[in-house]
Amino acid sequence: MSTPEPHEVREQTRQYLTSSLSRQIGDDEDIFAAGFVNSLFAAQLVMFVESRFGIEVENNELELAYFSSVNALTDFVTYKAGKGRAAQPCD
Amino acid sequence: MRLTPTPELAALRDRFRDFADKEVAPHAARHDAEERVDRAIVGRLAAEGLLAPLLPAGLGGRGLDPIAYGLLHEEIGRACSSVRSLLTVHDMVADSVRRWGTPALRERWLPRLVSGEALGAFALSEPDAGSDAAAVATVARPGRDGGHHLLTGTKRWITFGQLADVFLVFARTPDEGPTAFLVARDRPGLSVEPLPGMLGTRGSMLAELRFDDCPVPRDHLLGAPGRAHPFITTSALTLGRYSVAAGSVGIVRACLEASAGYAAGRGVLQHQLVQRMVADMVVSAEAGRLLALRAGELIGAGSPHAPMAATEAKYFAGRAAADAARDAVQIHGAAGCSPDHPVARYYRDAKVMEIIEGGNEVSQTMIGRFGHTAGH
Repeated sequence: MSTPEPHEVREQTRQYLTSSLSRQIGDDEDIFAAGFVNSLFAAQLVMFVESRFGIEVENNELELAYFSSVNALTDFVTYKAGKGRAAQPCD
Repeated sequence: MRLTPTPELAALRDRFRDFADKEVAPHAARHDAEERVDRAIVGRLAAEGLLAPLLPAGLGGRGLDPIAYGLLHEEIGRACSSVRSLLTVHDMVADSVRRWGTPALRERWLPRLVSGEALGAFALSEPDAGSDAAAVATVARPGRDGGHHLLTGTKRWITFGQLADVFLVFARTPDEGPTAFLVARDRPGLSVEPLPGMLGTRGSMLAELRFDDCPVPRDHLLGAPGRAHPFITTSALTLGRYSVAAGSVGIVRACLEASAGYAAGRGVLQHQLVQRMVADMVVSAEAGRLLALRAGELIGAGSPHAPMAATEAKYFAGRAAADAARDAVQIHGAAGCSPDHPVARYYRDAKVMEIIEGGNEVSQTMIGRFGHTAGH
């Protein structure tokens, strides 16, 4: 599976979150802090990025911060694919 | 989308059914009466390649298609819910080790879990927390030597806790929160107390596990500290709910076969009120299977919709099993209340399906709040 470019990751992630949450969200909007989802959704997001982008989330990457927004997810996926900057949980 | 089994799947299903009929069903009444299964069943399941069959061949498994896995658990569930429960919790442990364990942990435990040398059990529930992983009270304190955590607390209603050799235990570390540990039965400070006299799945050998400063090596931690919930719980419970859903469909089929045969033999199948009960069994078995196999397909694809699909399937099929078993007893009348007919066992086992791996109300809450976003 070839990993898409960052702008494609962002678009697919935005579409997934919009569909899953049944609402429009800003790319920097923290879906956990905003109360749109509970923490169980983080597990679904791990499954989303693994199945959609063909990456494997490592044990030391199980941080909500990596999955908290469109931008955070895009940074994380592109970092894992070697196509972006290193993501940091506190970004 | 294809909704009927391929020839290969149908052949596998027939093989599973044959095994269940010959190796499991003849012992089901005894499992229920004696509140135990023979350890030998573990060896027979392993010899047939039915323990942790989803594991890829590279890890010692057979890489079974999750759809076929559902058909397997339906057939075993039709024969004996206690043996199906054994497969459920064992496979939840094996799959968690595969997904969240270190390479060394996988290398050490997965071959033993596949061969049946080690039987696994899932230790989440507690007296005051139920199966709410976020509320576990069992504590895992870092040991002074830096190489261990010390577990203290109580796990209750642990399926096959009496027989298991290794437990996937959820405990709270002081600084991080719920954390998953693989704990061998022979660790010091761990005692196992049988819980006899349960209502249903009486052969599933429930136990209470008591941890008293039980030292667990740090390299037996799964995932990351504080990350057991939601990550490990979700993946494990998704598989568990899929298994229970499929097993519940098996109970519905068992009720149908017993009821239709009994009603026909007694000449009461001509009565429309009996036909109504049989018709509901027929349709709920079909519908439950479709829901279960949809969950299996999504699990196989690693889809984020898999957890909700498994919850939906388990919710529907568990209720369908309880309804079918109640009607099966009704069709049998007084005979259905006696130990001479299996429907009394189905009735008690089916009730458990509405409770384990998240009760009906937990399912309703999840589906009601989040199901509408789950890719329908």
